[in-house]
Amino acid sequence: MRQVAVVSFAQSPSVRRETDLNEVEMLMPVVHEAVARSGLAMREIGFTVSGSSDYLAGGPFSFVSALDAVGAWPPIVESHVEMDGAFALYEAWVKLQTGEADSALVYAFGKSSLGDVAEVVTLQLDPYYVAPLWPDAVSLAALQARAFLEASGKSERDLAAVAVRSRRDARKNPMAQLAGEWSVEDVLKDPYLVAPLRRHDCPPISDGAAAIVLAADDVARRACRRPAWISGIDHRMEPHALGLRDLARSRSTAEAGERAGVGRAAVDVAELHAPFTHQELILRDALRLDDRVPVNPSGGALAANPLMVAGLIRIGEAARRVMEGDATRAVAHATSGPCLQQNLVCVLEGGR
Amino acid sequence: MSQRCAVVGIGQTKHDTMRVDVSLNGLVREAVDRAMKDADVSWKDIDAIVVGKAPDMFEGTMMPELYLADALAAGGKPVLRVHTAGSVGGSTGIVAASLIKAGVHERVLVVTYEKQSEGNAMWALTVRMPFQQAIVAGAGGYFAPLIRAYIARSGAPADTGIRVALKDRQNGLKNPHSHLAFPDISYEMIADSPMLWDPIRYLETCPSSDGACAVVLASETAARRSPGPAAWIHATAMRSEPTMFAGRDDVNPRAGRDCAAELYRHAGITDPRRELDCAEVYVPFSWYEPMWMENLGFAPEGQGWRMTQDGVTALDGDFPVNASGGVLSSNPIGASGLIRFAEAALQVRGKAGAYQVDGARKAMGHAYGGGSQFFAMWIVGNEKP
Repeated sequence: MRQVAVVSFAQSPSVRRETDLNEVEMLMPVVHEAVARSGLAMREIGFTVSGSSDYLAGGPFSFVSALDAVGAWPPIVESHVEMDGAFALYEAWVKLQTGEADSALVYAFGKSSLGDVAEVVTLQLDPYYVAPLWPDAVSLAALQARAFLEASGKSERDLAAVAVRSRRDARKNPMAQLAGEWSVEDVLKDPYLVAPLRRHDCPPISDGAAAIVLAADDVARRACRRPAWISGIDHRMEPHALGLRDLARSRSTAEAGERAGVGRAAVDVAELHAPFTHQELILRDALRLDDRVPVNPSGGALAANPLMVAGLIRIGEAARRVMEGDATRAVAHATSGPCLQQNLVCVLEGGR
Repeated sequence: MSQRCAVVGIGQTKHDTMRVDVSLNGLVREAVDRAMKDADVSWKDIDAIVVGKAPDMFEGTMMPELYLADALAAGGKPVLRVHTAGSVGGSTGIVAASLIKAGVHERVLVVTYEKQSEGNAMWALTVRMPFQQAIVAGAGGYFAPLIRAYIARSGAPADTGIRVALKDRQNGLKNPHSHLAFPDISYEMIADSPMLWDPIRYLETCPSSDGACAVVLASETAARRSPGPAAWIHATAMRSEPTMFAGRDDVNPRAGRDCAAELYRHAGITDPRRELDCAEVYVPFSWYEPMWMENLGFAPEGQGWRMTQDGVTALDGDFPVNASGGVLSSNPIGASGLIRFAEAALQVRGKAGAYQVDGARKAMGHAYGGGSQFFAMWIVGNEKP
């Protein structure tokens, strides 16, 4: 396998409702910042791939106009996944492994504010038997939270602690949307949104964009003083029907984590794509991260959750800590689908 | 570093206006089961799955790979979902091939489909241009002016489109998967069909289809375990350019020319017209045959129509194009690109049945999408590259 690394990362601030900028305008400064930081010229980038969903924009082919953000002229080698940008990054990593490119630009964008996002994602469900019942995203997450609490013996207080820590840490993240100081007691006084989840257990609704530049071997060393080398990356799917899987655990995360080699050495920091508080605890278990491993120092998806972007941001945040020398070995995770149906794990290492 | 990759199994559904007899799962499985049977593999042999389709709004299911996971036995496997507009079928095949070329997997299942009867393709294909009123004229409304520009530039005879449609519809009669089959198709029938978007007549237009296409790709080692002949991938290429900006030639787009040039370079081809035996080219409106012949370098600029008029692109011609009947005969959009790739592979495997091109050894599969701006191509051969 070729040595491939994240060499730069940029993101927009996550906001509740971006009314002034369309997707391309939101994306453009982010893409150019990521490329500029890599020191590569736009034309040197060998492969471009993005992640987004038409259902957020409410129109077909939303990725087509986004291409204007990269200025695809002369024509470029380019691809798109209708998934979170983290999966686009996986496609880029594979492309670099084929040897057909030495660098790649990965970007993702999403404006959840354009529709009722909790209902929009209902359209991900089985269109014949489940979607017509119209269960929204929060209700499905609550189902999973209940299964987790009962199976693990954890309490709603444990969930609240995740929320409080995430929003406290987010105060140091200028790109975060929801940051502040609350006490566990405070938030437990809130009424249930859908039991056992309260408002604080849920992510904010966010608009945002992010971009990452990947490079291989010497190109990576040239582009970055301390590249965040991808020592392992893998992703796995689980069955769709909620009754076919154990919602209290994340088998697919465990398997992806094992294949990516998470447990091979100590982990300094982890960025886990857990939009709901209980999901962070499920993912911690699946990746066997002990309590000493700091999780989501950025505030995570509980502080900023632009759909189709939040997974890529996790990789960017984890890589940033390696590139800046704050961590030697970082783990990033991204998820897709209802109740953590599909999961990607990426291990990033410095100092090679 | 780059491993060899081969097509070892191909499956298609019967394409039709409305496959009311099957669900999304059922449609996809009809193609997948046939591809896996052709490759003689079972679910446990599949390492990863790459799903491709055009806009989710065609069926109203968001990111449907999540739902399809159960029907595709995807639990515990990596699944990617590609969407690159009309070229998506081709791009999906290329992304899947890269998983094998990179040495990540041994066997990858490629799944593409569209069930267009679930939605309104005309609406979904009307791209809204910034600061312009949406004309809701569908893809034909978008491409007709480009075709008129081609005719003006090349001086092509006015019936070139009719001749392409006649050939593709005659070829389509030989293909058991074809959506459209007019047993009594004739030049007059096409010429007399209603004008939809001048100069595109009704019978010069692709249908809107429900259908799926699946392919099993294998590494060199894994390919030995499939009994049938393999189609070896000699080269793949993708190119994209923006929808609009001053100076863009959207009649003969540079992205297509660049994509073909890279494809030929990687396949070691210097004279594509002579070195390739046939091609499956994405022709949703008849006139796109001569236009792509030029864009792909099979004919000099302004001369592509001669290949049609001289019968070169006919099944018994010197360079058969769309022997399968092409997009004009079946168009489940998300699958159409992979169908082109798969039909090229069928030809070099010698398994194209009634529309087999004699002695086909090397063939091209081509797909395009958006406003003639996304291109995906591959070359397959009966011998290892």
